[in-house]
Amino acid sequence: MPAAACWTAACRPFGRDTAGLAHTRDVIQNAGSDTMVNLALAWAEEYAELVPEVSVEVSGGGSGTGIAALINGTVDLANSSRKIEPREIARALEETGREPRQFIVGYDALAVFVHRDNPLTELTLDQIGDIYREHGAIHRWSDLGIQHPACRRDRIIRVSRQSNSGTYHYFREAVLGKGADFKLGSLDLHGSKDVVELIARTPCAIGYSGMGYANSHVKALGVARAPGEPPVLPTLETTQDGSYPIARPLYMYTAGEPGPRVRDFMDWVFTDAGQRLVLESGYVPLRPLSQPSP
Amino acid sequence: MLLRRERDLLVERLMEWTIRLCGLSAIIFVFGIFFFVFREGAGFLFDGFKPLEFFTSIEWYPSSQTRVRYGALALIAGTASVTLLAMVIAVPFGLGAAIFISEFCPPRLRETLKIVIELLAAIPSVVWGFIGLTLLNELIIVVFRAPIGLTVLNGGIILALMSVPIIVSIGEDALKAVPDSYREAALALGATRWQIVRRVLLPAARNGLLAAVLLGVGRAVGETMAVLMATGHAVQIPLSPLDPVRTLTATIAAELGEAPVHSEHYQVLFIIGILLFIITFSVNLAADFIVRGIRRRA
Repeated sequence: MPAAACWTAACRPFGRDTAGLAHTRDVIQNAGSDTMVNLALAWAEEYAELVPEVSVEVSGGGSGTGIAALINGTVDLANSSRKIEPREIARALEETGREPRQFIVGYDALAVFVHRDNPLTELTLDQIGDIYREHGAIHRWSDLGIQHPACRRDRIIRVSRQSNSGTYHYFREAVLGKGADFKLGSLDLHGSKDVVELIARTPCAIGYSGMGYANSHVKALGVARAPGEPPVLPTLETTQDGSYPIARPLYMYTAGEPGPRVRDFMDWVFTDAGQRLVLESGYVPLRPLSQPSP
Repeated sequence: MLLRRERDLLVERLMEWTIRLCGLSAIIFVFGIFFFVFREGAGFLFDGFKPLEFFTSIEWYPSSQTRVRYGALALIAGTASVTLLAMVIAVPFGLGAAIFISEFCPPRLRETLKIVIELLAAIPSVVWGFIGLTLLNELIIVVFRAPIGLTVLNGGIILALMSVPIIVSIGEDALKAVPDSYREAALALGATRWQIVRRVLLPAARNGLLAAVLLGVGRAVGETMAVLMATGHAVQIPLSPLDPVRTLTATIAAELGEAPVHSEHYQVLFIIGILLFIITFSVNLAADFIVRGIRRRA
């Protein structure tokens, strides 16, 4: 009966079936952080030229999504722009029986962006916190002592990220402080690029995103750790020497010890060639690189 | 010969049952979906869920580290405001277009218009969202001198454009279904075209037109992708059409991927699903009652 044949074909389980296959194919499944997706794609492309028999398939979706996929066994490598949480490690142990292994593959500095016409040039960590934190006192540009001619209503349009974003989690912890929540009414966008593009079109807006997403329509602000201290602009040097206050490591996670193919890939990521791609993607490599890129 | 007849009979039976099953499947699916959504949300709904907070607080903090709060009032207000504005725009335009196409339009233009309107319905919602995010956003900033273009107004316009094709095609069908003898009788009494539309066609096609509008409402309430991109996704109660909002559907879409399965957050998202289900169910039920009331009076 044709109906029966159709029934079995249609009823093949979706989603979970890749769990078993991922470890037998010559494909490395890699998903997670949207912040890292371009970097991961750059690695995948270059690695495909170096080792043609292995292909790395990259997708985004957010750090939480990537770690969830690692726990479900649908990816070999999860990209995350935040540290894995204890409850996620516990769930990974429960589901896969293996403890996630952590690799730091680079650093990212979160820049606080405003429109290029905005006269503002610097903020303290506390001021940024007061703009974004629940019950924070700064609502208007005039609260910062700014006369913003392009912004007639004076209201600060806060651009933030959705809560599945590692950037969101990192920003909350690093700027708002432990346990604090965001002020309601911010525009919660889906991607790092969306944040910068929206600010480029919106004179009244402020937002945070990886410094690699900067373009000529937006301006990164200098950030001071405390009032009176000098403001620091997000750059390669200030991130590597730790003077820029909102910088974080970028992680990759595997479920347990990586297999030989993933191991080889990770080893390559840590070479100068791999780290150069970190630099070219707008992030900060783990160490100063020996040669300038050709 | 006999065998062949028997086979034909069997095929006919089989076809009859297949068709019957197709008809019943609608009921099975709807109850299946309701059961699934309810089951996923039930655990928290009956244990720990605070309906008062859910319906009266605007504090939506599902992933707070210290104080998790599930106040959905702002999300409900977001959905309501965007839907209301969409209908304010779409109902006059949609019904007007339906009347024009069915009564005033020359045949060749009618065919073109119908094809174009069907094309409008075929545009994927993510494309609408994209238009809202880029084109309308900038337009609203320039025209209204608003600080931000991703607003209730933006979402309302996008949803109106998405609901108009439904309202037009169903409204037109309803008007077409009015027998020509009505029109002829009115003409014979010396009525003008406009009088025919207002006094004869609109009352006669009332049920169908109401159905058209309510299906438009359903489309607007349930739309997800376009509002996710066009409304700014901000948890707040809008005080003007130029405020960003977040809708119930967009919240599910944005947060379900991150909420661990069977956690409270996950279950609350399903409770929002139940709420959306109840809203559309009530809209349909209300429509049914209204239509029945009209029938009895007629």
